[in-house]
Amino acid sequence: MKKGLARRMMNRRQLYIMLLLPIIYIVVFSYVPMLGLQIAFKKFDGNAGIWGSQWIGLQNFIKFFNSYQFERVLKNTLVVSVYHLIAGFPIPIIFALLINAVRSKRYKKAVQMITYVPHFISVVVLVGITLQMFDSRIGLVATIYTLLTKQPMPEILGNPSAFPHLYVWSGIWQNTGWNSIIYIAALAGVDSELHEAATVDGASRLKRVFYIDLPSIIPTATILLIMNAGKMMSVGFEKVYLLQNPLNLRTSEIISTYVYKVGLTGFSDFSYATAIGLFNSVINFLLIIIVNQISKKISDSSLW
Amino acid sequence: MFLSKKRLGSRNDEVFYFVTNAILAVITLLVLYPLIYIVSASFSSPNAVSSGKVILFPVEFSLEGYEAVFKNNMIVSGYANSLFYTIAGTVINVGLTLIAAYPLSRKDLPGKNILMFIFSFTMIFNGGIIPNYILIRDLGMINTRWALLLPGAISVYNMIVTRTFFQSNIPIELYEATSLDGGSDFKYFTSVVLPLSKAVIAVISLFYALSHWNAFFNAFLYLNNKSLFPLQIVLRDILISTSIDPSLVLDPETMAARQGLADLLKYSLIVVASAPMICLYPFVQKFFIKGVMIGSIKG
Repeated sequence: MKKGLARRMMNRRQLYIMLLLPIIYIVVFSYVPMLGLQIAFKKFDGNAGIWGSQWIGLQNFIKFFNSYQFERVLKNTLVVSVYHLIAGFPIPIIFALLINAVRSKRYKKAVQMITYVPHFISVVVLVGITLQMFDSRIGLVATIYTLLTKQPMPEILGNPSAFPHLYVWSGIWQNTGWNSIIYIAALAGVDSELHEAATVDGASRLKRVFYIDLPSIIPTATILLIMNAGKMMSVGFEKVYLLQNPLNLRTSEIISTYVYKVGLTGFSDFSYATAIGLFNSVINFLLIIIVNQISKKISDSSLW
Repeated sequence: MFLSKKRLGSRNDEVFYFVTNAILAVITLLVLYPLIYIVSASFSSPNAVSSGKVILFPVEFSLEGYEAVFKNNMIVSGYANSLFYTIAGTVINVGLTLIAAYPLSRKDLPGKNILMFIFSFTMIFNGGIIPNYILIRDLGMINTRWALLLPGAISVYNMIVTRTFFQSNIPIELYEATSLDGGSDFKYFTSVVLPLSKAVIAVISLFYALSHWNAFFNAFLYLNNKSLFPLQIVLRDILISTSIDPSLVLDPETMAARQGLADLLKYSLIVVASAPMICLYPFVQKFFIKGVMIGSIKG
């Protein structure tokens, strides 16, 4: 048996040679940083390096849990991510159901074509657009507000309570069309005989949406919901950081932006920042595993 | 009886179709309006922009915004840098992704599952910002172009898309036929698999190119040499973190003109920066959608 394995490996040696470079790559750029996580438990000393620094146990974590920032960044991260999940998950589904019910092919195509466009815009430009639109002096929203109410618009960009809305709805504007692709495809796969049979039985189009279309995309939706829930705590750094300003920090400082500020700006405390980042990664990791297990139990659809 | 019921049903359906189309029209306009507004503003005069006169169409048509964009050296060099990072980066990405995905797509590769796990594990756990920063610093890549080309050179997601494509689109009989003739895996890969994989190569090239063109984070962390800045960093400096330089405070009239031009420049810049990808998009749309579809099949 062992001989057999060695022989099979020998036969496939060229495949291993192909894999050599990618494996080296992934080890260096993904696994070496994971080893670097040990500085979360050390007092990082630039001269001694990662391996030579002194162990200090859980001190960095305790410092974080006791700091006044802990509650704030955790809460902000949760608010933004839960809001994003609740609003961002159903809208593409509704959108896909609507698109699927359009009879004119040209209209359908035009709607899809236009709503996919914002997906191709970069985060920097998206934030730039958002800032331009909501600028209280020259922004389009301010112009329209003034036109309708004859009053200057109240400040939005510097308003801490507006931040989660700006973050979530700019994302919905950008990605609803794109995220609906997968559902539209699932709907296109629905057997047309089902619709015909239901029509003969007198079911209205609206009824068919609820009894034929919607059930047919539930498996896809479940998988996507798991994936999104698993990614919940890993709110992207870029958009939040770019939308931040000194006035909205109270609601816009999330874990990843805080890690950046602690680690790479000012006094630059690598160990402390790594500990905060690790805390976040571990929660992410647990979340995705738990969510996957739950979905395995209740729906048979899981990621692995 | 039956007939009247049916007619009633179809009248309800007409209402349904009308409402559906109307809702979609509203959504589409909500997406489209800001885009049109930006383009219109970018072709207006500085004064029209800063006094909020633009509503839908360009007001006092002018190209001053675009002139200002192309006169700005940082924007021009950022554009050139981004072109370089996009092309060089995509070549590296696609090469590495293909040579990782193909062996892993082969059922007869001993250890395939362990190797696959090594890749997929990185999707759910990673070192995070600081350990990555230390690595890039220790490799001496801070302030070099490599810092934008190598980190993230393989997207495991794209690798899985490619692998799924190989598994489902390259018939195993082909392999059996060629290996009977004593064909090697290399030869089979280059002369049979690659020519049959143009579609997936197009898909991942586009995914990678788009992400390079739009990338911000790595440059933000690893570069402070202005001559290496990609467009997104320049954009960020102009669109997001501008404040009026106090040393330039002039008399109110010049100030206003300057402010007007600065406002206008932003709109023109948004158009110039997004144009390449959006112009490309109608032509490559089907490839992108194909990519989403292949990726949705459980790997």
